Amino acid sequence: MSKVTNILVCGVGGQGVMTATEILAEAAISLGFDVKKTEVAGMSQRGGVVTSHLRFGPEVLSPQILAGDADLLIGFESAEALRWGHMLRPGGVALVNSGRIVPPVVNIGLFDYPDEPVAQMRALGLRVHDFDATALAVQLGNIRLGNTVMLGASSDWLPFPAEVLRDAVLARFGSRKPQLVDANREAFAAGRQAVAGETLAA
Amino acid sequence: MSASQPVPAAARLFLSGNEAVARAVWEAGTRVAAAYPGTPSTEILEVLAKYPDLYTEWSINEKVSLEVALGASMVGARAFCAMKHVGLNVASDALMTMTVTGTEGGLVIAVADDVGMSSSQNEQDSRYWGRFAHVPVLEPADSQEAYAMTRAAFELSERFRTPVILRLTTRICHVKGVVVAGEREAVEPGGFTKDPRRWVMVPGNAKPRLPLMFEREAAVRAEAQTSPLNFVVDGSDRRIGFVTSGPAFMHVREAFPDAPVFKLGLSCPPPLESLREFAATVDSLLVVEETEPLLETELKAAGIACYGKDVLPRTGELAPDALHLGVARLRGEAVPEPEHVVPQQVFPRPPTMCVACPHLGVYYTLSQMRNVMIAGDIGCYTLGAGHPWNALDSCISMGASMGTALGMDKGRGKVDENKKVVAVIGDSTFMHMGMQGLLDITWNRGNVTVLLLDNRAVGMTGGQDNPGSGRDLHGEETTRVDFAKLCEALGVKKERIRVLDPYQLPVLFKALREETKIEEPSVIITDRPCVLIDHYVPTKPYLVKEDRCTGCGNCVDVGCPAIHVTRRDKEVKASGKEVDLSFVRIDTSACTGCGLCVQPCAPEAIIHAEPVQTLQPVQFVRK
Ligand code: SF4
Ligand code: SF4
Repeated sequence: MSKVTNILVCGVGGQGVMTATEILAEAAISLGFDVKKTEVAGMSQRGGVVTSHLRFGPEVLSPQILAGDADLLIGFESAEALRWGHMLRPGGVALVNSGRIVPPVVNIGLFDYPDEPVAQMRALGLRVHDFDATALAVQLGNIRLGNTVMLGASSDWLPFPAEVLRDAVLARFGSRKPQLVDANREAFAAGRQAVAGETLAA
Repeated sequence: MSASQPVPAAARLFLSGNEAVARAVWEAGTRVAAAYPGTPSTEILEVLAKYPDLYTEWSINEKVSLEVALGASMVGARAFCAMKHVGLNVASDALMTMTVTGTEGGLVIAVADDVGMSSSQNEQDSRYWGRFAHVPVLEPADSQEAYAMTRAAFELSERFRTPVILRLTTRICHVKGVVVAGEREAVEPGGFTKDPRRWVMVPGNAKPRLPLMFEREAAVRAEAQTSPLNFVVDGSDRRIGFVTSGPAFMHVREAFPDAPVFKLGLSCPPPLESLREFAATVDSLLVVEETEPLLETELKAAGIACYGKDVLPRTGELAPDALHLGVARLRGEAVPEPEHVVPQQVFPRPPTMCVACPHLGVYYTLSQMRNVMIAGDIGCYTLGAGHPWNALDSCISMGASMGTALGMDKGRGKVDENKKVVAVIGDSTFMHMGMQGLLDITWNRGNVTVLLLDNRAVGMTGGQDNPGSGRDLHGEETTRVDFAKLCEALGVKKERIRVLDPYQLPVLFKALREETKIEEPSVIITDRPCVLIDHYVPTKPYLVKEDRCTGCGNCVDVGCPAIHVTRRDKEVKASGKEVDLSFVRIDTSACTGCGLCVQPCAPEAIIHAEPVQTLQPVQFVRK
């Protein structure tokens, strides 16, 4: 592989976007790639917008992915996936958690939440795989597993075997909370299954 | 793979620029490192604090942290301090004299500019301080360079006996890249030599040192001419040659891989002669610099023709897309159409205060008060300027709410005569720069009510400790300041100081009403920990009994993100007036049971939920 792979992970502050990207980065590093990772966000904590850029390949210069250059968009929240849809390259793929996080500005009636964010993305001609990762995580016993579910979903769209990413996920939890390893293995598999069927076109 | 983990030399680490700087500071044999937390620089000290063999501290502000570093340098130790760009304004008073005394042990100041303003009140180019203070400036372009230039900065500092500024930007501090690290050097402090003519900067001693400062500057300029930190990357397309520094270098290489680039690492003072030679080898020269047209002006003044901010954006980051546009403009070409779908307009998602944040009650109360002018300050509580509270009328800089409020009070004309003046400030900000302002208020008999929001943490930057938390950078117990006594010492009458629970809305409201009526300085201290630090204890969540909810929306005005509107409606009152209704739901998995939203709910529709399934400790459903 000579080109640089661009992965954009987006969501809402507090969802674990940065951790997920970090794990993707660790997988790429374990394979010997040059890797850069950056966050592009306003004040990303406390419920704001978070986007994390990951680039890896033989040599990576700028850490930023440009509009129209992302191979993969991993959207942790529907409206955020719609907001960043233009980052995908033609032929790129979006994996979207259809779960919603409605912010206070919508609650107090200043703005509307888009009716069908995923449908809007498809209408724009984007290739989207969506599923309710939040619900899946809750079903598996912990809403925080949503992170791993999304990584599982992305694992077959990477230019390296899904197992490399799975091992990076398990290594991270294994060192911090060993009791979570099995749950994460399950969450990873569940996410992978949820969008099974296609792979990333070269 | 953290920066503070002991790793074998030449290991490949995946580090942010901040972590890379910390690693290099430690490797350089540094003995003392100090900082005040500030995004994007905060993590440097947090990482350094994990190394056992050097002294690290949070200082109460950047000027003090720089003074601590200088003291260490005087006794011959290697010293380091870190700050964000606005922090250097605070520290500048010390800096402008240090540059005259010079330093002994290597002294490096990492300054993190928030280019693009992700979380700051201004966008400011710290490279100017290098010119102003006559100190060298180094500008790394990624994590590996941040590591290498930090090592180089100590060496440079000791060779020229000068403080060195390491200019970082958000895109260095928070970008992670691969770094090849080394090992810690053993550096023994040379010891203090009494030399009042050098260290006691009274005019008689300072005057003879000024020529020495300019000699040093000339020597550093000569160094910049030949330094390997400044180099040219050759390119076959010589139509445009780029001069650049910092992360913009990576963007230039990405956008124009075939163009020749003059990369400045030691950018102040600039190596003008080498730049002149480079300019002669290309058709036109484009200076790509974030933020100010500083080098561009210097080149033009030296008679070197170049383009810069005339074709590139005046503010923000210079990522590859901006460069493509700028170069197209320079060449008079049409801008190429982007190959992607049109960005969609989605509602804004600004950051909000946390669920159950103790500031919610304060801002809810303030938003209910009429005829007030409210001077705000820098911290989490600046978010009170946003929806639904809209409760701040100003926010300038750390500690500025005090002086601003006094100015509002003293300067007001007839139209504002009946307004009350309130100043809001956080605990850490108060100690950083607010105390002096409060003293000014009391001394000059200002009619200001100060709300001192003590949440026992530097909340905005992630809950770091301060003298109000009674713990230091290492989490160890130390002196805890008594804010009531401190305010009293600063001249506020004892009976005008109240310590309150910000979750008791009626008490808070009454106190504010009373204190703003009284025409003298008063302080209301709200005393509850930030919900993100471990002192906060969540309790049983609440829920909304739908048949009791009248849709008044009072609870929504509290602003807790755990409250969601499920349905909107309109009601026509007997008076003919139409009112908006918002029926709500509480997200019981997020609610911590603080009880704030319960208080403004007249029909008592918000009640305790039955104990819900807890998420901690985690129970997994096995298939
Ligand atoms: S009681 Fe109300 S204000 Fe407090 S955390 Fe729960 S929903 Fe938020
Ligand atoms: S304050 Fe009480 S009555 Fe009013 S909307 Fe909230 S829950 Fe309903």
